[in-house]
Amino acid sequence: MSLPALVPPPTELPPRAAALRASVREFLAQELASGAWTPRADVWLSGWDERFSKELARRGWLGMTIPTEYGGHGASPLDRYVVTEELLAAGAPVAAHWVADRQIGPSLMRFGTEEQRQKFLPGIAAGEVYFGIGMSEPDSGSDLASVRSRAERVDGGWELTGTKVWTSGGHRAHAFFALVRTSPKDDANRHAGLSQLIVDLRAPGVTVRPIPLLTGAHHFNEVVFDKTFVPDGMVLGEVGNGWQQVTSELAFERSGPERFLSTYPLLAALVGELRGSTDPGTRRAVGSLVARLFALRGMSLAIAGALEHGHAPELAAAVVKDLGTRYENEVIDAARLLVATPPDPGAEGGFARLLADSVLHAPGFTLRGGTNEVLRGIVARGLGLR
Amino acid sequence: MSDSDLQDLATSVFAAADAEGSGFDADLWATLTETGLARLTLSEKVGGSGAGFAESAVVLAAAGAHAARVPLVETDLLAGWLLESAGIPIPDGPLTIATGDLDIARTERRAAGVLHRVPWARAAAGIVMLAGDSVLLFDPAGLQIADGTNVAEEPRDTVTVDGEITASGAGDRVGEHLRVRAAFGRAALLAGAAHGALAAAVQYAGERVQFGRPIGRFQAVQQQLALAAAEVAAAESVVAVAARTADADGFGAASTLFAVAAAKSRTSEAAGVVARIAHQVHGAIGFTREHRLRLTTTRLWAWREEDGSEAEWNDLIGGLAIEAGSSELWVLITGKP
Repeated sequence: MSLPALVPPPTELPPRAAALRASVREFLAQELASGAWTPRADVWLSGWDERFSKELARRGWLGMTIPTEYGGHGASPLDRYVVTEELLAAGAPVAAHWVADRQIGPSLMRFGTEEQRQKFLPGIAAGEVYFGIGMSEPDSGSDLASVRSRAERVDGGWELTGTKVWTSGGHRAHAFFALVRTSPKDDANRHAGLSQLIVDLRAPGVTVRPIPLLTGAHHFNEVVFDKTFVPDGMVLGEVGNGWQQVTSELAFERSGPERFLSTYPLLAALVGELRGSTDPGTRRAVGSLVARLFALRGMSLAIAGALEHGHAPELAAAVVKDLGTRYENEVIDAARLLVATPPDPGAEGGFARLLADSVLHAPGFTLRGGTNEVLRGIVARGLGLR
Repeated sequence: MSDSDLQDLATSVFAAADAEGSGFDADLWATLTETGLARLTLSEKVGGSGAGFAESAVVLAAAGAHAARVPLVETDLLAGWLLESAGIPIPDGPLTIATGDLDIARTERRAAGVLHRVPWARAAAGIVMLAGDSVLLFDPAGLQIADGTNVAEEPRDTVTVDGEITASGAGDRVGEHLRVRAAFGRAALLAGAAHGALAAAVQYAGERVQFGRPIGRFQAVQQQLALAAAEVAAAESVVAVAARTADADGFGAASTLFAVAAAKSRTSEAAGVVARIAHQVHGAIGFTREHRLRLTTTRLWAWREEDGSEAEWNDLIGGLAIEAGSSELWVLITGKP
């Protein structure tokens, strides 16, 4: 029997990418030299720095794929890929703009009205408008179609009731896309009757409460709607088409470099700690991590190239996220075993702090964006098993 | 010919071969010669097809997936290339490559010694080796060959040399190229064998009924097959990237050495996982002589060790990474802009 294609052919970055990469590296070197921030692990969750986001925007590195008439730069997703992987590898604070830049801009270009694009895209590209994600609920995690937040038709719009959870940065973001029921659940077609609404997180009737991480840090939030009014103009795409819109959004976000680079700053620090080592076992352990990273990056770039050509390789994207997030954990285990320095959450920076942050954030790697078990279900379906 | 046409051609040629026989498959070799696949990357002026390494990876993957009993890497990527580089006329038929120490009397054009684990020596029309910067060619007719095999029952013979050789100088970096070419070819075969083992396991899981349904309907089995598929995807992808790098930069480039090292490391790591899961899904029948699964899994076990296991290539990559240090590691992985 023959299997479906598991991964698209390799992508070669366009020649212009080299100059772009060089500029990003030069900028990052200046930022590091000035001590503006310290490299950290899992920066796309925890590194909120609005000054940094605005600096990136000033250089044209946010909203890169947004057309120029909306304040963007009309660049290709591969250009954005280069910038993004450089920022993540440097451990730079990218959390403030992360969701807006990665998925809100593209979704608005795909499904948004002219009014919505005019309202949000220039701010996203300027690094001034930040977004969260409003998908999960207290009783809806992996089973997203079971969301119960509902919107009732009222004069001029919708009245929203319900609760969203795990909204990273929701206490600082301006808005999010809430996936809600706009018609009652039909057990014969669970995916029908869902819609995406653009909700102003500072509007009356919206309460944002912290859900501290196990470290006590405040990144996650609970967002409660109490008869929140959302005007008709803030429905994203079509009423009732929310499921299709959300799943296409997920396909785009599963194969990016953030799915295997969350602990890259720890790997870089590990290599530094091992300077001068000639122990073959050490070299082999490091070599395996670097070879795996090279392979993951090749796959992720291949998918980025396929997306640019209008394909959505769902199976391959699920594979990258499954392998990549397990890889992020493998980096932690190798670092622990090769260097005797214990993790120190109180250290300013360096290996001990990166190890501590990586260990404490690791549970999230294989949960966010679809648990690895759910992703393997997608792979199994792609193989024709279900 | 497009990559997908080439893939279709290679798949049809290898799928039609008798993979369950033993030793060299002369009928398959005849077909490979007729179709131009036997000497795919050699130049047209020496009777090759002049194709690139991306094409070579496609053909080798099909050979690995169908457990072809022919010395394709040895003939095309290694021995044929060495002979072409040294300007020695290339004999017809399958060729092989040997490594080892010989006593060489250059002026008399004679050599003596014992070469171990020479692939397919018993079937080869010529045995080629590199001694320093000289390429040597032996006619197997005058050599004593004792049969040996790898764990996939592929010939890995002991050759006793004592007689005439053809010798000619090659470039001084040929030795390093040869090692990288060998690892590339083996990695491409591994990716193919992993694909073949996965395809067999997926098919079996859809057919084998237990507890009233195909075992592939159980999530426990699905999750295992998804893990295997991820390993196969990584293996295929890294080989394709290595092939593109070799086509763009040549086998002597640092970028190609790094990409091929990663490819051989990653495919060798994938081999064990894929073979284990394929056997677990097949149950006891896959552990028998009568079942074809062994054709790919024994090759995964054999080939992960050959031309450098992951230990050897990870050692090289790890050394480069530690030498690069914290600030240059990323440049090592992504390249200098």
